[in-house]
Amino acid sequence: MVEITDVVCSLCGCVCDDIVVEVEDNKVTKVKKGACAVGKSKLMGHGRIEEPAIRENGSLKACSYDDAIKKAAEILAASRRPLLYGWSSTVCEADKVGVELAEEIGAVIDNTASVCHGPSVLAIQDVGLPSCTLGEVKNRADLIIYWGANPAAAHANHMKRYSYISKGYWTEEGKKNKKLVVVDVRRTATAKMADVFLQIEQGKDYLVLSALRALLYGYEDVVPEEVGGIPKKDLLETVKMMKESKFGIIFFGMGVTHTRGRHNTIVNAIEVTRAAHTHTKFSIMPMRGHYNVAGINQVCTWETGFPFAVDLTRGYAWYNPGEVSATDLLIRRECDTALIIASDPGAHFPGESIRHLAKIPVIQIDPFPNPTTEFADVVIPAAISGVEAEGNVYRMDNIPIRLRKLVDTEYIADEEIMKRILEEVRAIREKEGE
Amino acid sequence: MGTKVNLISGRTIVQGQNLDNKLSEAYFNEVATCELNGSDMEKLGVAADERVKVKTSFGEVVVKAKEKAGTPEGVIFIPMGPWANALVSGDTHGAGMPSFKGIDAEIEPTEEEVLHVKELMKTYMG
Repeated sequence: MVEITDVVCSLCGCVCDDIVVEVEDNKVTKVKKGACAVGKSKLMGHGRIEEPAIRENGSLKACSYDDAIKKAAEILAASRRPLLYGWSSTVCEADKVGVELAEEIGAVIDNTASVCHGPSVLAIQDVGLPSCTLGEVKNRADLIIYWGANPAAAHANHMKRYSYISKGYWTEEGKKNKKLVVVDVRRTATAKMADVFLQIEQGKDYLVLSALRALLYGYEDVVPEEVGGIPKKDLLETVKMMKESKFGIIFFGMGVTHTRGRHNTIVNAIEVTRAAHTHTKFSIMPMRGHYNVAGINQVCTWETGFPFAVDLTRGYAWYNPGEVSATDLLIRRECDTALIIASDPGAHFPGESIRHLAKIPVIQIDPFPNPTTEFADVVIPAAISGVEAEGNVYRMDNIPIRLRKLVDTEYIADEEIMKRILEEVRAIREKEGE
Repeated sequence: MGTKVNLISGRTIVQGQNLDNKLSEAYFNEVATCELNGSDMEKLGVAADERVKVKTSFGEVVVKAKEKAGTPEGVIFIPMGPWANALVSGDTHGAGMPSFKGIDAEIEPTEEEVLHVKELMKTYMG
């Protein structure tokens, strides 16, 4: 038995890096400390896609890696409007090859931000983001606001490591000297811990943010007695807490990005942060979901200039979420092939979009079988990044952290799979050009 | 004609624990469910674990009802995943992001079976 310390979790955007595991017979046998229930489940592992496979007459038939990669390359090289989607549950090194492949074949490359924090990206491009690192939150923040986010379920270590419960340099007494405000439609487990819980009517985020802005700027007279289901007195109490804090932070989640108003609501949340700057230090940060969704946004930006929904069919990068984002391409039945890597649109896309995805040739690269596997035509099993393969990822505050390899495997890592597909595609294209 | 409700979705701990295990019973038991306020369950005449059909303009699914006091009246919560998404439009209103939350839906008790994930995916094929 070997004990490995400083293990990095490859599940959510918290990217916890202080985990201790035990490895025996080339298998993680115990997660000793550091991981939350969700991260622990990831590290301990689940049933795998056992071997590469190609669909024949409706069912998947096992084949070699070589055959699956060759078939994938043939499909991609013959495609007129390919979509390369996912990239968030793998490492930046694989993402980089993905962008190279998109450029080679003239594809649309999109990532899971498009159904997660895409609107946050649009808002940030609109008005910027007064943000910070999670380290600063841990060491300085005395007021934490979770808005449309339920870390108790989605980022279970977030409060303990970085925010409300954590103890830092100037916050050594932990939650004793901190305040927690939660804004949510439901009284969630996170809401139950709050000093102030603002139970907002669904879809009324923009109104409540506008009221907070008015109050922060001193225009109490324009705010009615109730806004979006929240009594004015609770809004006044929140604003008082904001003004009195030394360092406040708003963490916002998919309760905001998935709701009416989308990026406009997030622009308003950023403006609330700015309004708070007239009184004290305040920051704002999106609660990124996948452990490397921030990373694919980084890679895609430094390679193409844009973070998601990038169309490379013209020979230059064309960025237009709403036009070339994955769900939009699919409901217009525009793409004729999809490569899905490190994500599961079969589970997480709207039914209306899956309908087209299920009809076109789909290449899936993933360690685990999932709803996408049900209609994938070429299935390529991958090593699990952070367990069987190493590489760089970006935490939700855009801090790069290197995932560690804990055990050996015969499965090939995403980066290698992508390089081999790219090599095959280039060989086919060269042959066609002869 | 079912009762009109506002449909939202989101994460749960067990859904997260089974993100890489979506073909399992554990995922099915957690995600093919619908959380409602107790008084809404009473109005619908359904008890915990009884089946309800949820319909929107974009699709319909059968899921199991769960009582959750923190869910406000008139709102239903289905954990994010294939069952919730069967009810979602792909239209992003030009923003790239579908409306996963705040969907007009109708809910009614049903005797129909809850589709397992493989059966649910089959409805998209062919």
